[in-house]
Parts: sequence; C-alpha cells; structure tokens
Amino acid sequence: MDTFIQQLINGLTLGAVYAMVALGYTMVYGIIQLINFAHGEVVMIGAMVAFSVIGALVGADTGLSAPIIVLAGGVVAVPLCIAVACTMERVAYRPLRAAPRLAPLITAIGISIILQHLAMMLWSRNPLAFPQILDNRVFHFGAATVTSVQLAIWTVATLMMAALSILVYRTRLGIAMRATSQNPLVAGLMGIDINRVILATFALGAALAAIAGVMVGTYYGIAHYTMGSLLGLKAFCAAVLGGIGNIPGAMLGGLLLGLVEALGAGYIGDLTNNWFGSNYQDVFAFIVLILVLVFRPSGLLGERVADRT
Amino acid sequence: MSAPLLEVHAIAKRFGGVQALADVSFVVGTGEIYGLIGPNGAGKTTLFNVISGLTAPDAGSITLEDQPLTGLKPHRIAQAGIARTFQNIRLFANLSALENVMIGRHARTSAGLVNAILRTNAQRTEEAAIEARAFALLEYVGIAAHADALARNLAYGDQRRLEIARALATEPKLLALDEPAAGMNPTETQALRVLLERIRAGGITLLLIEHDMRLVMGLCDRVLVLDFGRRIAEGAPREIQLDAAVIAAYLGTPAA
Amino acid sequence: MMSVRKAWSVPYCACIGMALIALALAVLPFALASVGTTWVRITNLAILFILLSLGLNIVVGFAGLLDLGYIAFYAVGAYVYALLASPQFDIHLPFWAIIPLGALVACLFGVLLGAPTLKLRGDYLAIVTLGFGEIIRIFLNNLSAPVNITNGPQGISRIDPFRIGGFDFGRGETFFGLNFSGPIKYYYLLLLVLVAVIIVNIRLQHSRIGRAWEALREDEVAARAVGIDTTRMKLLAFAMGASFGGIAGGIFSAMQGFISPESFVLVESIMVLAMVVLGGMGNVWGVIVGALLLSFVPELLRHTVEPFQRWLFGRAIVEPEVVRMLLFGLALVLMMLLRPAGLLPSAVRRRELARRSNLP
Repeated sequence: MDTFIQQLINGLTLGAVYAMVALGYTMVYGIIQLINFAHGEVVMIGAMVAFSVIGALVGADTGLSAPIIVLAGGVVAVPLCIAVACTMERVAYRPLRAAPRLAPLITAIGISIILQHLAMMLWSRNPLAFPQILDNRVFHFGAATVTSVQLAIWTVATLMMAALSILVYRTRLGIAMRATSQNPLVAGLMGIDINRVILATFALGAALAAIAGVMVGTYYGIAHYTMGSLLGLKAFCAAVLGGIGNIPGAMLGGLLLGLVEALGAGYIGDLTNNWFGSNYQDVFAFIVLILVLVFRPSGLLGERVADRT
Repeated sequence: MSAPLLEVHAIAKRFGGVQALADVSFVVGTGEIYGLIGPNGAGKTTLFNVISGLTAPDAGSITLEDQPLTGLKPHRIAQAGIARTFQNIRLFANLSALENVMIGRHARTSAGLVNAILRTNAQRTEEAAIEARAFALLEYVGIAAHADALARNLAYGDQRRLEIARALATEPKLLALDEPAAGMNPTETQALRVLLERIRAGGITLLLIEHDMRLVMGLCDRVLVLDFGRRIAEGAPREIQLDAAVIAAYLGTPAA
Repeated sequence: MMSVRKAWSVPYCACIGMALIALALAVLPFALASVGTTWVRITNLAILFILLSLGLNIVVGFAGLLDLGYIAFYAVGAYVYALLASPQFDIHLPFWAIIPLGALVACLFGVLLGAPTLKLRGDYLAIVTLGFGEIIRIFLNNLSAPVNITNGPQGISRIDPFRIGGFDFGRGETFFGLNFSGPIKYYYLLLLVLVAVIIVNIRLQHSRIGRAWEALREDEVAARAVGIDTTRMKLLAFAMGASFGGIAGGIFSAMQGFISPESFVLVESIMVLAMVVLGGMGNVWGVIVGALLLSFVPELLRHTVEPFQRWLFGRAIVEPEVVRMLLFGLALVLMMLLRPAGLLPSAVRRRELARRSNLP
C-alpha cells in the first residue's frame, strides 16, 4: 500500500510535467496537424537556460532565496524558448504548410537534431547539475513521502493549466485559436490573421515547455542536451492518449501516462516474477501509444477522429 | 429494362445529425446509362462512396449481378466489377498517364513479389500485356499522345479522360462517373458524350452523377433524383423534367 | 508504341561506362588499402548503409510510409546472427543458414508491427515505428537478467565471421600475389549483395507490385478504388524493407565481430532516413548517392574539421561528430525546403523533361 501511494505521488509529479509538454504538441497539432517533433528540444533548452541562470546567480552569491533564483531561471528561459519556437515555425514549418504531410515532419526531425547539437556545443556534452540550493523539505504520509519540490511542481502546473484554459476558452486569442483549428480557411475569411494565431500557438506551447523544463530539471537535479527527445516523445504519447488536438485531453493524458509509468515501474517486478524490472519504465509510454492508436485512435477525450488529409 | 446489373436496396447513411441518405433504392439494368441528379448536398457523392465501398452504409444492401457487395472493402468491389471516377479528379499526380492506367490493371493481373524479383517469363509477358492494354486505353479515350506526361501536367479535360481510362483498365461491368463534365466547355462536353456513348456501346453500363442537364437529358436512359438524401423521382429524362417534386427541389417550394 | 522500359536497350558507350565503373569498383579496395585498411572498413560500412537505405527506400520512397524505427530491423538481424554464431550460447551455425533466418525474423517483426498500425495515417505511423525502435533497443539493453540473452549494454563479442568451408572472411589471405585482407573479402561480398539488392529494387519498382506501392503513396483512396488492397501492399512494403534491414544487420554482425545496443539508437534510424531523403525518395540511384554522401562526408569532416579549426582559432572548438550531426539536421531541413524531390529527381520527372524537349 505504501509503495502504491509513493508511486502515485511520483506518478502525479511526472504526469504534471508530461501534461505541460503534451499541451504544446496538442495545440500545434490541433491547429496545423503537424507533429512538432522538435518540441522536446524546447523543453531541453528551457532546462539548460534556467540551469545556466541559476548557476550564475548562485555563483554570484547574491543572497537571494532559492525559490527566487529558480523563478529567475524560469523568467529567462520562457522568452528564450518562445523565440526558439517562433523562429522554428517561421523558418522551417510555415513554408511547408501546403506541402505533403511527411515534409514538415522530416524538417521537424532535422530541427530537433540541430537544436540538440547546438545545445551540446553551447553547454556541454556532460549533464549540468542543479546547484544544491533548495532545502528540499520532506513530508511524510505513512511510509510515503512528498518533497517540497513535488508540491511546487503540482502547484505551478495547476496554475499554468488553469491560466491556459482561461486563455483558450475566455479570450479573443483563444477564440481565434479554436476557430483556426476548426477551419483555417474560414477563420482567415473572418478576418483572423492565421499566421499570428499559429505563431501564438507555438509561443504558448514553448512557454509551457520552458516551465516544464525547469520543473523536470529541478526534480531530477540534472539537465542534459539529450533530455528533450525521450521526454518529448512520451509527452506526445500522452497527447495521443488524451486525444490529439484536445486540450483537456492532453492534461488528462499526461497525468495518466505519469501514473502508468510510475505504477508500472513500481509493480512490473512483482507482476512478472522479476523477469522484468523498473528498467523497462521507458517502454510503457510506447506500449500505451500503440494500444491507443490501435483500439481508440481518437484518444480518450477526442471526438473528432482527425482524418483530414 | 434489361436484366438488372446493380441493385441498390434501402441504403441509409447518417453523419452525426445529418441524414445523408435515407432508404434509397434503385436498379440499374445491364447496358443502361443511368443518371443520378439532385441539388448540391442531396447525397449523390455519398451514394457513390457507399456503392464503391469507401463509406459503409448504416443500413441497406447492394448487389452486382446478384453478388452481394455490402460491407466489402473498396478493392474487393473494384475486383467485383465496379469502377469509379471522382468529382475532384484523383489521379496519381506524379506518375505518367501511362503508369496511371497500368495501375488500373492491378486487379486483373497477378504477378507477385517473387515473379517481379526473378523477372520470370510469365511476369514479362504480363508486363508487356499490361503496357499494351494501357496504351490502347489511352488511345481509346484520345490522349495517347500524352502517354509519358505526368498526370498532374495534363490539361483538365485530359485528366478527366485519363481517370476514365484508368477506371476502364479495371474491366468494370459498371462504370460510375462523378460529374465527368464538371468544368468542361460545350465542345469538350460534346466529345465526352461521344466517348461515353462509345463506352456503353462496348458493353459497359454507366452510372452518372452530373449537373449538366443537357448532357444528362441527352445521354441517360433513366434518371434518379435525390433530394436531402431521399429518392424523390425516377424515370425517363422527359418524365423527370415535368415532375412536380423535382421542379420543387431544384427551384425551391413555393411559399405556402 | 512508346515504351517505359525500352531504356534497357542501353547505347554502346553506356556499356563501356558500366565496364569502367565495374573495373574501378574491383580495384578500389586495393587502392584504399594502400592508404589504410581503415578506409576499406569505412567503405564497407558505407555499402552497408546503402543496403539499409535501399531497404528503407522501399518503405518510405516507394510506398510513402514514414518509418522512423527502421534501425530496429537491422538490430534484429544483427542479434539473430550474433546469438546463433558466437560463444554467447556456444551456438555456431553457418552464415548461409542464419542470414535468411535473420531476414525472416526481421520480416516477422515488421509484419507484427505493421499489421495493427498500418491503418493509421502517415504521421502516426512515424511515431509508432519510432516507439517500436525504442522498445527494441530497451529490450536489447535489458534482456541480460534474470536470463542472459543479449548480454545487455556490454553487447556480444567474438561473433563468427562468414565461413565457406575453409574460406574465412575474417582472415587475410594471399591470392595471385595480392593480399586479400578480411575487410577486402567483405568488400567484394558486400558489393555482390549490393548489386543483387539494386536489381531487386529496380525490378520491384517497375513491376505490378511497385506500381501499386507508388499508387498508394500518391493517393490511397484512388488506389483502393482501382482495386488495390492497400493494407496488404503496405504490409508487403514493410515486410520487404524489414527483411533487407535484417540481412544488412546479419552482415554487420559478422563483419564487426561485436555488436551492442549502442549501434541501434534512434539517430541511426534518422541517419538512414536522411540518406533516403537527401538522394531523392523513390529513386534507387539517388538513394545510393545520398547514402554515399552521408557516409563519406563525415569521414572527410573528421579529417578536416579539427585541422581547419586549429588553423583558424588555434584550437578545436567544435568536434567533427557535432558538425556531422548538424549537417544531417541541415540536410533534412534544407532538402525539404528547397529540393523536396531530392538531389536526383525521380526517373519519371526526368523522362518527362526529356520528352518535353523532343516535342516539335
């Protein structure tokens, strides 16, 4: 039982991160039917930038409190990630909007490789470590524990997702986004500037990704130039699980995938008589993906079986 | 009417809240040219998609020469003997005209992987036959001069003809044409009419969606009129033109 | 009547050209060996990548299915060979038995993956195949306990080379006064396999099956409407591609004598894809050029990037490996933006251009 609660807590933390990243995939897919393969790299860049800022502030001995320092990292990371994502859209995706589907997907892969290796040149081949500044308080629930970092991740993720929901469902930009995802042509005729809406979508996704990058970096205490690809893929799986193009779906899918991974890793040993161990954790996301695509391609909350060609 | 070829019985199809087809039945006789008309959104193309297996009906049945087709996949239906064209021409755009028609021979030829890799005698004979047949069909529809041109570079009217040639390559019993004259000028339409007459004379039954009323009235033996997914009239063109329900559907019901 | 395949009646000078190319390919390994045996090895790996690219070309180029986990089939072929011809289980089957078996197993994996997923639209398929590639790699990495099958990240070593009777591809020998080293023997073997694979590729392309693949790449709905069983054709393309990958993997295993999961990571899948895209999807010769370029340019970089930087900045700032990866990325992006048809435009397009110029 304690294992169960502990894995639940870990799963929710991981799930919050997946959900934030999955939102970026789902929003972009909803609007231009592109799997933005390079989205995971934006998460990585967010983490790397934040680590650099945090490292510099800690080194400068400013006397600022730890949460402020982490916040400063996030504040720098967000606009930078937005800039990267918007450049990517402008340079590599926009010219291909009318091209066959495979073309933008292949450029997205190219962009992903380029970003990874630029990051490696800029930072290092080796992982960056998070400075030991947070006094990570541990709260006990029976034998299970929650850390203050986990609590912070939950809080921030909840706030962010609430803010996004308000933005998408209550503001003019949100209406424009939803209109564009329904029918870009008609939205354009109604006077919506499609290009700006698409850029805004990329920017929103990037902002969430940057924050997710800071979160996951702080959680594991480490950032690496390759950290984005697997994280991004899993988040994509989460988006598909929830129903790609569907914003509440991405949140739900992220949380569920986090839980599946954590519980799966916690119990696979017992279930398989120790034939398989927690080192198979990374397999779950892909198995979930294949199962969803085979049995319910529209995902949990997706109604529209996206089959526009 | 001659012996029935295609029998469509009580087809229904609903998309969300829209009843696209409701209880549509009709019979096409062998050797007929059968027209399918109706205002936009009447369900004509949906009916074509159901007949060719691209859309599964909610209810009803379809038979071709008493062979049941309902629920079969599109390729099985093509093999059974129904070929079709599309309203918004669907050619293999980056392949040559000749290759487009050669692909149409797929269902009537058999060489598999092993034969292709070993390039057996049987395979080479078959390939030569496919090519000869495809070229003959291009000549038949009158675009043999463009055999090596990419499909997407053909003139619009030639693309329509190519699509017909590709459909004919499957040796259909029934050729279903979705608005073949759309976008054509009167001269081209006239030429198309001659071609369709020839195809019928060659023993192929035609099912035709068309908006060009002069073409429909001049060409079709019988016409079915759909409106809002329902059959509202069927008969010889002359009768249809005088049918009150048809006139109402096209011109709108006079205000009560 | 105009013929698509009358191009076979090759003109006389083309025959001489082919003979010269054949001669050049025959003496190439000795020329390379005089520079250094490494270059023969590099060439062998390049040929292996051509084999892989041609296999992937069937899936991506002919049938238009984006497979991002192709290297998994290479891995399957490699591990089947390694497990059945090494001290790992102390099994030492002859290569002519295992290579077809490896192809078969890879093919089986292809069908297993393809059957449920090929109904999906192209971009979903891409992600599923990528996931499959990752799953295979994770299993290879972890199937060392509780029963040691793959030996985990350490990989499998002392894999048997190809042997026919007393003729051992792993050992150097002297014939006619020429020193045939192991790599040179493999070179000729690879060349033989390559010729066979090229012939198979071209024959498939100009066959009923190949046309069906192109049809479903161009317009799946239209393909179904003319009577093509698209699911079957996709599965066939997937299975063919997978078998080619399996064969290449088996040869890789024997040639290197050592394999580990390291060799079968996602980047390798993307590299093979880049080769196909760069040369021109669907065009056999284009794919070969793409594979050669992306195999040899990195080697050239290795020998130029560092000295150049030393000369420019006095020290090496960027590693050649990074430059190589940046070039891959750029190649993918720029090709899609500027020349989506690849370096060598497909045969159809060339033919049409030629025809246009012949018009009165």
